[in-house]
Amino acid sequence: MTAGQGTRPVRILIAKAGLDGHDRGAKVIARALRDAGMEVIYTGLHQTVENIVRAAIQEDVDCIGLSILSGAHMTLFPELLSQLKKEKAEDIVVFGGGIIPKDDIEALKGQGVKQVFIPGTHTQEVIDWIKANVPVHE
Amino acid sequence: MTKKPNSSAQFAKSGSHTEWRAKGYASQRERKEKFSSISFREQPEIVTPENGGAVDHDRDLGFPGEYPYTRGVQPTMYRGRLWTMRQFAGFGSPEDTNRRFKYLLEHGQTGLSTAFDMPSLMGYDPDNARSRGEVGREGVSVATIEDMDTLFSGIALDQVTTSMTINCTATVAFAFYFAVAKRRGLGFEKLGGTIQNDMFKEFIAQKEWICPPAPSVKLVCDVVEFCSQSAPKFNPVSISGYHIREAGATAVQELAFTIADGLGYVDHCLSRRMKIDDFAPRLSFFFDVHNDFFEEVAKFRAARRLWARLMRERYGAKTDAACKLRTHAQTAGVSLTAQQPVNNVARVALQALAAVLGGVQSLHTNSMDETLSLPTEDAVRVALRTQQIIADESGITNVIDPLGGSYYVERLTNEIEAEALRYIEQIDAMGGMLHAVETGFPQKEIAEAAYRFQLDLDAGAQTIVGVNRYTEGGEQEIPTLKIEHEVERQQIERVAAFKAKRNKALHADALAKVESACREARNVVPVLIDAVDVGVTLGEVSDIYRKVFGVYTDPGML
Repeated sequence: MTAGQGTRPVRILIAKAGLDGHDRGAKVIARALRDAGMEVIYTGLHQTVENIVRAAIQEDVDCIGLSILSGAHMTLFPELLSQLKKEKAEDIVVFGGGIIPKDDIEALKGQGVKQVFIPGTHTQEVIDWIKANVPVHE
Repeated sequence: MTKKPNSSAQFAKSGSHTEWRAKGYASQRERKEKFSSISFREQPEIVTPENGGAVDHDRDLGFPGEYPYTRGVQPTMYRGRLWTMRQFAGFGSPEDTNRRFKYLLEHGQTGLSTAFDMPSLMGYDPDNARSRGEVGREGVSVATIEDMDTLFSGIALDQVTTSMTINCTATVAFAFYFAVAKRRGLGFEKLGGTIQNDMFKEFIAQKEWICPPAPSVKLVCDVVEFCSQSAPKFNPVSISGYHIREAGATAVQELAFTIADGLGYVDHCLSRRMKIDDFAPRLSFFFDVHNDFFEEVAKFRAARRLWARLMRERYGAKTDAACKLRTHAQTAGVSLTAQQPVNNVARVALQALAAVLGGVQSLHTNSMDETLSLPTEDAVRVALRTQQIIADESGITNVIDPLGGSYYVERLTNEIEAEALRYIEQIDAMGGMLHAVETGFPQKEIAEAAYRFQLDLDAGAQTIVGVNRYTEGGEQEIPTLKIEHEVERQQIERVAAFKAKRNKALHADALAKVESACREARNVVPVLIDAVDVGVTLGEVSDIYRKVFGVYTDPGML
C-alpha cells in the first residue's frame, strides 16, 4: 500500500445520499478528480447508505467522497461509517463535502470521517489531500 | 469671467468610436488581459451608439405596462406599489415556522414564503425510513392537513399572499392549503399566492422528483388548469430559473432554459384544449439575481421582452395579461461564502439592487449565515432591512426603469435576449423541453458551465473575495441556527397519531378516488382537496403517484 502512488490510479466513489438534490459540487469534484487522473465513479442522487457501500465494495474503491448539503450529515456520515464497518470495509477512506458547520466537522472527524471540504475549496486542495491520505489497495 | 476657447488648445476629440478606440484608447494600458462577466461574457471597454448602444425605442422599449414590457409590467411600477418583500422561511415543526412567519410579518414583511423539508419535497411522510435525519431540517415538515393548518395558525389566508416552494408534491401541498381555507370558510377566489410547481427545472437542476418527466408535467398543468378555472388570484406555477442558475448555469442559460420550460407548459396546456389568454396570465416566474450587476439587470429586462414576444408572436396571445412576465427574484445563494460571512451582507445588497433595477415583483434577500446553516432571526432581519433600505432610502424607486436608455444596459439586454432565443430554437429543434430534458441537454450544458467556472476560479480568472483573494482574517465566527433532533421524533409521533384517528372507510375510499383520477388522467386537484380533508397524507398520495406513474431515478451523468 502506498499513498496515492500505487501501480494503479486511486479509485473513488463520489456519492450522494438521502433526499438531497444538490449535485453541483459532487459533479464538479468528480470531474476535477477524473481530470487529475483518478478513476471516479459517481452514484447519482438519492442513494441509500447500503447502496453506496455495496457500490464501493463492488467497484473496489479506495475512498468514498460523500456530498451532503441538506443538513442530514450528522445522520448519514455515521450511518455510512457503521455500514462500512458491518461489511468489514473500514479500510475505505471516507471524506465529505458540503454545507457543514465547523462544530459538526470536528464531531464527524472524531467519528472517523477523514476530512470535510466546504464550499470555496480549491479543487487542487482536494486532489492533493487524496494523494497524500488515500492508500491505493493493491 | 470666462475665457474664449483657445484655438491652440491640445484637447483630443475623436470623430467616432472607432477613431477614439484606435487613437485615444489603444495607446493606454488595461489592468487585465480580459474583462469578462461571471457568465464568461467578454465585455467591451465602452458602449456607444456605434457598437450596439443604439435602441429602437418604440419597438424594443415602449412604456411601462405596455408591450413588450421591457421597462416593467405595471404602468406605475414602484411609484404605485413596492415589490413584495418575501423572505423564504421554514424549519422544524409547523409551530416553529408559524412563529417565524409571525416574526417576519411583525417586522414589515409583506408576503409569506414557505420552505418545506426534504421528506415533504420528495413525497415521504416523517415516519418513512427514507426521511431519517431530514425531518424539519432544511424546511418545515408538512405531511397532513393538520400540519398545514398549524403552519398558518392565526394568519388570515385571505389577507396575506403565500408562496410555497414545493414541486413534485405541489399538488398535495396545494390541496392542503386550499382544504384548510375551505375549512375556515374562505372561497378559493380569495386566496392569493404562488406555488412553485415547476417540474422541468427539477429534472434540469434542483433534482427533486417522484415520477418521470411526462406525468410530472401533466400534474403541473393540473394545477394550472384548476387555478385558471377556480382560483384567479393564485399563481399555479413559478417557472424557475433560480435553481438552474444555482446549479451553475450562465445568465443566458438561466433565461433560456426558464423561458423554454414555460413554453413546455404552454404547449402541454394547449394540448389539453386550454386557451392561451385564459391560462397564460396565471403563469409566474422566479429568477436568480447573481453578482454581475448589469448582466442581471439586463436579464430581467430581456426576460420580459422575450416572453412577451413569444406569447404574442408564437401563440397569438391577445391580452396584455397573457404576455406579461411577472417575476419573483432571490439573491444568489451560491454567491455567498462561508469564509468571512459578514461580507455576504454587501453581496446581497448589490444583488437586491440589481433585482429592483430589473423591475421584479417580489424579492427574497438571503441571510449572511446561509452558507453555514438555516438563518437566525437576527440574520434574516438584516436581509429584510436591506430591502427596506433600498426601498426607502436609496431613491431608486422614485423613477421607473432608471437604467433604460443606458447604451451598455440596452446592448446587454439585446444580446441576452438574442442569445437566449438561439438556445430556445435549439430546444425547439429537439422537439421541445420535454424531449430536451429526457435527453439531458440542459443538464449537460449546465454541468459544463459549472465546471468551467470552477476552473476559472481555481486559476484566479474569477474572483471571490475572502475565498481566492483577500483571504486574510478568514476566521470569522457568527452565530448559527441549530435545529433540534427532537423535531423528527415529534413529527413521527404526530403523523402516527393523525393516522390512528382517521375514519378508515372514508380514508380508503379517498385513496381509491385519487388512484382512479390518476389512472384515468383526470385533473387530480379537486380529488386531492377532498382526499386530504379526510386524512390522506402527502406520503400516501406520493405512493399512488409512484404506483401509477412510475419512479424516476437520476441517470447520474457527469
